[in-house]
Amino acid sequence: MNELTTTRAEAVKATRTPLVDCDIHPRLPHPTALKPYLSARWWQHHVTYGRRVRHGYVKGHPYPKAHPVDGMRRDAFPPGGGMPGGDLDFMRAQYLDPCGVTHGVMNVLSPTGAGESNADYAAALATAVNDWQVEEWVRREPRLHASVCVPYEDPEASAREIRRRAGDPAFCQVLLLSRTAEALGRRRYWPIYEAAQEAGLPIGIHVFGYAGYAATSTGWPSFYIEEMAEHGTSCSALLTSFVFEGVFERFPKLKVVLIEAGFAWLPSLAWRLDKVWARMRDEVPHVTRPPSEVLRSHVWVTTQPMEEPDPPKLQHLLDTMRWIGRDRIMFASDYPHWDFDDPDRALPHAMDPADKAAIRHGNAAAVYAFARGG
Amino acid sequence: MAKVVVAPVAEMPPGSRRRIQTETRAIAVFNVGGEFFAINDRCPHGGGSLSCGVLTGLVESDGPGRYRYSRKGEILRCPWHAWEFDLRTGRSVCDPARMKVRQWPARVEPGAALAAETFPVSVEDDYVVVEA
Repeated sequence: MNELTTTRAEAVKATRTPLVDCDIHPRLPHPTALKPYLSARWWQHHVTYGRRVRHGYVKGHPYPKAHPVDGMRRDAFPPGGGMPGGDLDFMRAQYLDPCGVTHGVMNVLSPTGAGESNADYAAALATAVNDWQVEEWVRREPRLHASVCVPYEDPEASAREIRRRAGDPAFCQVLLLSRTAEALGRRRYWPIYEAAQEAGLPIGIHVFGYAGYAATSTGWPSFYIEEMAEHGTSCSALLTSFVFEGVFERFPKLKVVLIEAGFAWLPSLAWRLDKVWARMRDEVPHVTRPPSEVLRSHVWVTTQPMEEPDPPKLQHLLDTMRWIGRDRIMFASDYPHWDFDDPDRALPHAMDPADKAAIRHGNAAAVYAFARGG
Repeated sequence: MAKVVVAPVAEMPPGSRRRIQTETRAIAVFNVGGEFFAINDRCPHGGGSLSCGVLTGLVESDGPGRYRYSRKGEILRCPWHAWEFDLRTGRSVCDPARMKVRQWPARVEPGAALAAETFPVSVEDDYVVVEA
């Protein structure tokens, strides 16, 4: 565990503002953890057949993720055993308490029914993992808030799961992944957005997923490092789809939060979309405002993994954040994954304290209706 | 700088490591093939605890398809963002000019030489010592 020297730790704590972390990853501590939450029928299926996700490498990732167990911080394995992110007490001791987390948004990545090909199994997994989040995490830790996991390739089943959780203060958003069978703005997915708007829940879109296609639009890359650099392009494509399909015209109260996608690409995307919209607006007449305005009113981004220009070029990063709007950027740590950002160090030193406070807390407090906890 | 006794040499065989906490800082101490190295435990990039890192080698290439692997066990990778640091210089492999972890002198001293100090040592044993 990382420890600051005593004096420095005290100095940092003394100046801390409240902290919302928009990306914490709890994980099943052991393979049988979901058993109490699945029916006998689906538990038997789970252990007999297992998952068949839309993915070229059905049983794993195409590349080793540089760190153990799908990319974990090497110091995040709980001393009592089990997986990083699988032990609430250790998460408190290693992260929530020492880093001063006020609210944490949980994004469970697997197994959740995301990208699962067997529709009924996918729906059962999503319900089970949502029940597991409530029982094992939210009830025990008021600072943590669950995301509604949905089998998003089955939008009707997803809408049912969202409505099942609507009004439950344990949940603060609906969780999708970025790589999907079709572009996320397409009407096929609209039942998800309709149910989310109705429930007053933002749509969080975390990177990765199971498109069934190559991670890049030009084919399978050779290296993990290429996949890590790709997220901005798939998220550019999905935001473009949201804008031009008219999702936000149809669901004017919908909020979209991009998680772990970086953000320096966003201003140039908005400029490009404005340019093509000015010339070809009549192809998509339902888009009545410049795309940059649409994005500015409906989309938020999270910090981790921030672009990190060399210190002499730090002003470029601050400029980029200003172009996006400092009210649209929210802190995320990605705990316990290897690319974790320490909230005491992640934001540039030179940033205005009021902007820092907004990114650490204020912006998220405006996006999420946290009904419980700090 | 003050002298800190890390451990009896017999308790730190090659490949082992220790994290020690002085009054002012945490230090990571490594035995690499019988040589001792000590660096700040805190990664200068993102703050990860370097004593939890992986000791690896240096992979270099002078062109696609060619590589050489050297310095086995002398390159420390941070447990978080995998920045690599050369234990012999403290410098980052990717950005040696600007990114450097502070080093501290580490060596073995006989207990007899340390007995005059305030550490509880046995004069028959040797100890790993860091000046920090």
